[in-house]
Amino acid sequence: MSESKPTWRELPKGAVSTKSSTEYETGDWGVEKPEIDHSKCTKCMLCHFYCPEGAIKVREDGYTEVDLRYCKGCGICAEECPVECITMVRKK
Amino acid sequence: MKKQILMGMNGDEASAYSAKQVNPDVVAAYPITPQTIIVERFSEYVADGEVDTEFVAVESEHSALSSCIGAAAAGARAFTATAANGLALMWEMTYIASSLRLPIVMAIANRALSGPINIHNDHSDSMGARDCGWIQIYCENSQEVYDAGIAAWRIGEHPNVQLPVMVCLDGFTLSHTMENVLTLPDDVVKDFVGERRFIRVEGHMGETELRLNPDAPLTMGPLDLQDYYFEHKMQQIEAMEQALKAIPEVDAEYAKISGRSYGFLHPYRMEDAEVAVLGLGSTMGTVRYVVDELRSEGVKAGLIKMRVFRPFPAEELVKTVGDVPVLGVLDKAASFGAPGGPLYEEVKSVFYDEAEKPFIADFIHGLGGRDTSPSMIRGIYENLTEIREKGEVPEKVSFVGVREQEGR
Repeated sequence: MSESKPTWRELPKGAVSTKSSTEYETGDWGVEKPEIDHSKCTKCMLCHFYCPEGAIKVREDGYTEVDLRYCKGCGICAEECPVECITMVRKK
Repeated sequence: MKKQILMGMNGDEASAYSAKQVNPDVVAAYPITPQTIIVERFSEYVADGEVDTEFVAVESEHSALSSCIGAAAAGARAFTATAANGLALMWEMTYIASSLRLPIVMAIANRALSGPINIHNDHSDSMGARDCGWIQIYCENSQEVYDAGIAAWRIGEHPNVQLPVMVCLDGFTLSHTMENVLTLPDDVVKDFVGERRFIRVEGHMGETELRLNPDAPLTMGPLDLQDYYFEHKMQQIEAMEQALKAIPEVDAEYAKISGRSYGFLHPYRMEDAEVAVLGLGSTMGTVRYVVDELRSEGVKAGLIKMRVFRPFPAEELVKTVGDVPVLGVLDKAASFGAPGGPLYEEVKSVFYDEAEKPFIADFIHGLGGRDTSPSMIRGIYENLTEIREKGEVPEKVSFVGVREQEGR
């Protein structure tokens, strides 16, 4: 977001997106980040389903992993985890 | 120029017939008096196999325009019609259509906004939508409805424009009154409108046509934050400025196939006019009748019929008004709490910067279908003549045809 932004003449008409949302890394929006304790995790995948950003991926081994490029730190995963193995930790 | 066919049609039928000849891909239909005939007649064309159109009977006007938006976004030519509260119900979608740059054509059978409920003609509906970014064409008679119903597609689809278009016809006065209409043969209309033209844009996967296409993905209608919305609105402002250039181009082409020349403004007996009236729609037909009467009595009366209200033809207005000393503006809509009616406000603001300007007075009339008779219009010209003689405008805004005094 720090590069100079296009003028109105330079932008495509109809306000079509010039970037895919995969290029819009909203991870820097978050103040907190989730830390998943795999020793307590039951691989229920609820955090993956509840994440509004789709930033929690399910690994091959069944455990989940947060993609910090997109995680906005909303804390829904921690709220919904049935075994409370996710903690929201303040980012440095 | 190919031979044209004279048909007896009311305004609604003329609108439906022009749409039939254009053969749009999608018509989303919801009825509302006084446009219902448009969608009903079109449904008959569909039932009789005279068009290839996908006819979608929707559950509300909001859905009607939403369907047209979806269809147009996917590359289709989409048409619908509405009036009054129907337009009000689809209000948010009018802004979507214009900001997505979709050249939808919509007929508006001008009808008073409720309440109280009134199904008769005034311009409160389309005037209420004057800021939404649609081109607005006002028709005086069924012929104009037919012609605008064809030209609108080329105007909206012009590569420098890409905006939706409202073709406005006075409810009942035009929509339900049969008139002679010269119609073009089907193949002439087809040739004129051709195929829908798309502009190309730089999407997230490269340059492509501005339409939804699984083979060339685009996102239409995304979120803008504070850092982009303003820029996107500037593009719409520019599109309207481009329309000021594009409309005469299309009109000139249309004149070649029809023999009928249209412009932003249609002056009548203005060359040496000392008193003139400006307005939109069918009332200007009555005004023309009065102008001729006054002229035969030696009064140098003239009129200017405004055909295109959006984009507002400011430069041409100043030129057309010329050095006429007094101009009456007919507003068929009120703007509650405003300094005057919508047309008056725009005219007056255009003349503010001019070194030479006429006295300008506003005449709000015809609300809720109240008839504006030739004698009332005469009264307006008399009022204007008094203004010219006095050298001042004692009553900037007056209301013509309303019961103000007892016994009237």
